[in-house]
Amino acid sequence: MQYERPNSMQDATSLLADAGGKAFVLAGGTDLLVRMRGDAFEADLVVDIKSIDGLKEIRESAEGFRIGAAVSCAELGRHDALRGAWPGVVEAANLIGSAQVQSRCTMTGNLCNASPAADSVPALVAAGARAVIAGPDGTRTIPVEEVPVAPGKTSLGKAEIIEAILLDNRPPRSGDAYLRFIPRTEMDIAVVSAGVNVTLDEEGAVASARVALGAVAPTVVLVDAAAEAIVGTRLDDAALDRLAEACTAACRPIDDKRGTVAFRQKVSGVLARRAARIAYERAGGK
Amino acid sequence: MSAIAVSTTINGDDVEYLCHAEEMLLDVLRNRLGLTGAKEGCGTGDCGACSVLLDGRLVCSCLVLGAEAEGANIETVEGMAVGDRLHPLQTKFIEHAALQCGVCTPGLLIAAKALLAQNPDPTEEEIRFGLAGNLCRCTGYDKVVRAVEDAAREMRKG
Amino acid sequence: MSFDAKFHDRDFKSVGTRPLRPDGVDKVTGRARYGADYNLPGQLVGCILRSPHAHARIVRIDASRALALKGVKAVVTAEDLPDLTDGDASLYAVLDNCMAREKAFYDGHAVAAVAAIDARVARAALKLIDVEYEVLPHVVDVDAAAAPDAPLLHDDVFTGGIDPAPETPSNVANRSEFGHGDVEAGFAQADVIVERSYKTEQTHQGYIEPHACVASVNPDGTAEMWVCTQGHFVFRQTCADLLGMDVSKLRVTSSEIGGGFGGKTHVWAEPVALALSRKAGRPVKLVMSRDEVFRASGPTSATSIDVRIGARKDGTITAAEATLRYSCGPYPDMWAELGAMTSFACYGLENVKTVGFEVLVNRPKTAAYRAPSAPMAAFAVESAVDELAHKIGMDPVEFRIKNAAQEGSRSSYGPVYGPIGIGPTLEASRTHPHMSAPLGPNQGRGMACGFWFNFGGQTCCDLNVAADGTVALAVGTVDVGGARASLSLVAAEELGIPYEDVKAAVADTASLGYNDMTDGSRGTFSSSMAAISAARNAIAVMRERAAIMWDIPVEDVGWEDGQAIALGDKHGNRPPLTIKEIAAEAGKTGGPIAGHSELVADGAGVSFATHICDVEVDPETGATRVLRYTVIQDAGKAVHPAYVEGQFQGGAAQGIGWALNEEYVYGDDGRLQNPGFLDYRIPVCSDLPMIDTQILEIPNPNHPYGIRGVGETSIVPPLAAIANAVSNAVGVRMTHIPMSPPRILAALEGQG
Repeated sequence: MQYERPNSMQDATSLLADAGGKAFVLAGGTDLLVRMRGDAFEADLVVDIKSIDGLKEIRESAEGFRIGAAVSCAELGRHDALRGAWPGVVEAANLIGSAQVQSRCTMTGNLCNASPAADSVPALVAAGARAVIAGPDGTRTIPVEEVPVAPGKTSLGKAEIIEAILLDNRPPRSGDAYLRFIPRTEMDIAVVSAGVNVTLDEEGAVASARVALGAVAPTVVLVDAAAEAIVGTRLDDAALDRLAEACTAACRPIDDKRGTVAFRQKVSGVLARRAARIAYERAGGK
Repeated sequence: MSAIAVSTTINGDDVEYLCHAEEMLLDVLRNRLGLTGAKEGCGTGDCGACSVLLDGRLVCSCLVLGAEAEGANIETVEGMAVGDRLHPLQTKFIEHAALQCGVCTPGLLIAAKALLAQNPDPTEEEIRFGLAGNLCRCTGYDKVVRAVEDAAREMRKG
Repeated sequence: MSFDAKFHDRDFKSVGTRPLRPDGVDKVTGRARYGADYNLPGQLVGCILRSPHAHARIVRIDASRALALKGVKAVVTAEDLPDLTDGDASLYAVLDNCMAREKAFYDGHAVAAVAAIDARVARAALKLIDVEYEVLPHVVDVDAAAAPDAPLLHDDVFTGGIDPAPETPSNVANRSEFGHGDVEAGFAQADVIVERSYKTEQTHQGYIEPHACVASVNPDGTAEMWVCTQGHFVFRQTCADLLGMDVSKLRVTSSEIGGGFGGKTHVWAEPVALALSRKAGRPVKLVMSRDEVFRASGPTSATSIDVRIGARKDGTITAAEATLRYSCGPYPDMWAELGAMTSFACYGLENVKTVGFEVLVNRPKTAAYRAPSAPMAAFAVESAVDELAHKIGMDPVEFRIKNAAQEGSRSSYGPVYGPIGIGPTLEASRTHPHMSAPLGPNQGRGMACGFWFNFGGQTCCDLNVAADGTVALAVGTVDVGGARASLSLVAAEELGIPYEDVKAAVADTASLGYNDMTDGSRGTFSSSMAAISAARNAIAVMRERAAIMWDIPVEDVGWEDGQAIALGDKHGNRPPLTIKEIAAEAGKTGGPIAGHSELVADGAGVSFATHICDVEVDPETGATRVLRYTVIQDAGKAVHPAYVEGQFQGGAAQGIGWALNEEYVYGDDGRLQNPGFLDYRIPVCSDLPMIDTQILEIPNPNHPYGIRGVGETSIVPPLAAIANAVSNAVGVRMTHIPMSPPRILAALEGQG
């Protein structure tokens, strides 16, 4: 195996483009290095992107936030402006692993690992986040939900690297929240999770909403019916019941070592309902 | 296959080593540098026994490539005491019987040190979540939490 | 000299205090050396190839490609470990388990091993060993394995303990039965009967330190091994037997041990390390990965238990019966038997019957786990007891007090009890403030009792008095949780000197006589008895030396507070001779001063505990949070109370993990799905509350200081205590452990 730590994105994508065997991008390593221990795993090249200019920065502009691909999740938690604008996204990122893992793991890595249970992804999808992808022919920007296509698989080309995640500035009266279910209080992978992002109108009713579920299908599920269930409401019980029902109906889960189909169906609705409440309150709803 | 030359600072000393590209920092510390204080309990970042500080940040050294430590400042349990003076956390762990078998202790001490550096006056809940990445199978954590609370008190006094 | 082990009441000076442990500094500075922290010159790295199949015949193993890899020094298969067990079935099980012979019996079963110059080469070599398997049907569930049509692990196992002996082979290896009275007559007298079936899933001890050893075999037949173990003398014996070595030529040193909980009482890979070293002619270090620890070492039994208990309306139990099926892994053992013995041990019963069935399954060889087999039986029985109390309308504590065993009761497994702690722990729980604290919505309180036998056994101790009067204590049981501190306290107490003047160390197998395994909560009980005996022998020597120094008859020399005193009118005016003064003159009065002890520690006092816990259950997700937990247990005499509390807390925490989340999950292919700490979920710091403890001291009459073992009983009640608390919180009787959120939610939904 060859280890490279390029200083520019161009060098990084060239290394990947020229790689003969299996090549991997390394940022925090909290997924890749675990996989590397497996007997079946083989890597010929690892490209460490942490020395590339700008990749460890959170940049704030008139449009919003640009979060470099190598920014650790712990760093996100320490960024007051980002936390203020997108509390749900930050709390989702901060739920990944232990303090030890937080020091290293990145949201981009979480996205590219393409696990259906990734904590930050439902929150990012609910937030309408976009990914900036660098490649040999320049950059392109796509919605984050288009990055994972199946468990462990992304839509990225061979020499492509996500260099940043974009989160827009928020309209007034907006809030987001993320909740996951784990059997313990820490250190677990989500059994089921929900991210909710809402913007309220001046009267305090939900004007627009996005609801995304994790760990209930091969990729994160954006549940339009759940969003529609609460738009125009102040999250009365009937609206929340419809939201929960829509979430349960949208699940296509499996039985596995972490949970059952029935559990995931039921709890997806429970979490979406609770997350919606939190997002609504964060948006100033009462 | 050629090894990679790495220059680091470990517990305040300049240290240079050679490692393979796929070699973890934990293996470098234990097998190449004789620093066996960090333990491998799982190798997958789930137990925290291999915790070290990397540029002041708490990490599992089983999830860091040795090659990534180029230019980094690493602190391990072997560097916690100053000469023959134990760190207050070390003293309090012994006083409170916060260790039984002791194999998780180096990792817990490093994690507790990182926690108190960020939050010198943590609540019990903050201590419990701050140490959630460090598995201990002997103590039930009760005496560990009390030791950290007491050490924090002592360190705040200065 | 005969040793009087009887309890004598006394005022203690050292015992019962909380000094700093002697190994503390080493353990907080990273200097303490555990299994994997030891290295020898020229050492190779050993790795083991493991079966990916749950059940398969090994048709052929071809290691030629591995041996051709540069840096590979030896490959070992079953051929290199010939069967020298001479009909000893349990030794054969160890042999077959550490290297599969004809069949691989579980996912993770060792089939070959390699020694190479480093881990990279060794791992690469494993991939080059070609194994041809004939995959066979497998069975992992304990009930499915006991069924008549189950795939058979062995065609030569016929259920033992049945008359007449069966003629068809079975996965049910043995039947055992305990009890007394006439249960059917007892049930006929009952006003209320509770009858239920329970299941518990397989758990792992979860020690943080994986198994590790360094083995070095010399061409002259001598060998050394450094290993993390709960019993280096037993490991020496087993390894020497399996490798055909002279026992005394194998020197085994126990490293610091990073947790064992029973799992390190069993030999796993050590004979393989020795075989690799013998073949390669170099030292070999063999360290298991966490994945290997889960797949191939130490789980406890999965169980299926039926319980039936009847009582009169006044709360008297008239009959109790349990049928217990315990998985053993691929080899017959006595796990169900232990479960059958412990089931009803807390109660004084007129009519009781328990039947245990040992069931073979395609899972790793079952290992001891802290009070092995007792927690599952207690879960079933204490759940039924609680339910019965509710049905009768009695407080569960009062119901248990009414039926508790006491001194003179005949235990359900046979012996008649001496003074015991079940009644006092129950009385203490009744008045504990925890019992009357208010509860909120979705919260419930549960309680349960637990029993463990406690072991004694062969034990040695050397006590050497140095020239300055300080004392080196060499013990042969392993220090798993502060024993060096407690044994130093005991030696200091008996000698009458300060704790600081005693330094205890664990001796290797070349330096001390044979010691049984450090198991059954016997470490402090047995080794303290040996330490007291050794101290008494040293005192006898020092009295003789003082007699010489004073030139008076030894009969006129007494011993008090660490010094020799001259007795009687004739010599009584002499100033005492301190241990330091006597030690300083030792070279002139007969040579070095020491006390030795080799004994069989009999009369380990049985141990009882009562636990109380509060939980809150989220009715929408089934998540359970333990809010408060109290352990009340009899210690006989708490030598170092801080470490006794530590044992209580640690056992409770393991029980909480078992009750709520820990389990082996197998796929349809018979492969373990969760061989890591990510999905085998032991409690993390934020999962638990503080664990309150109350130490009771009901002296063990068979120990000079009244000491009982304290290590294991604390894991026995939690499964039931939490199940009872959950039941009280949400009104659903949970019968399947662990009570994971999906199981609780399903139970809640099923209830409508």
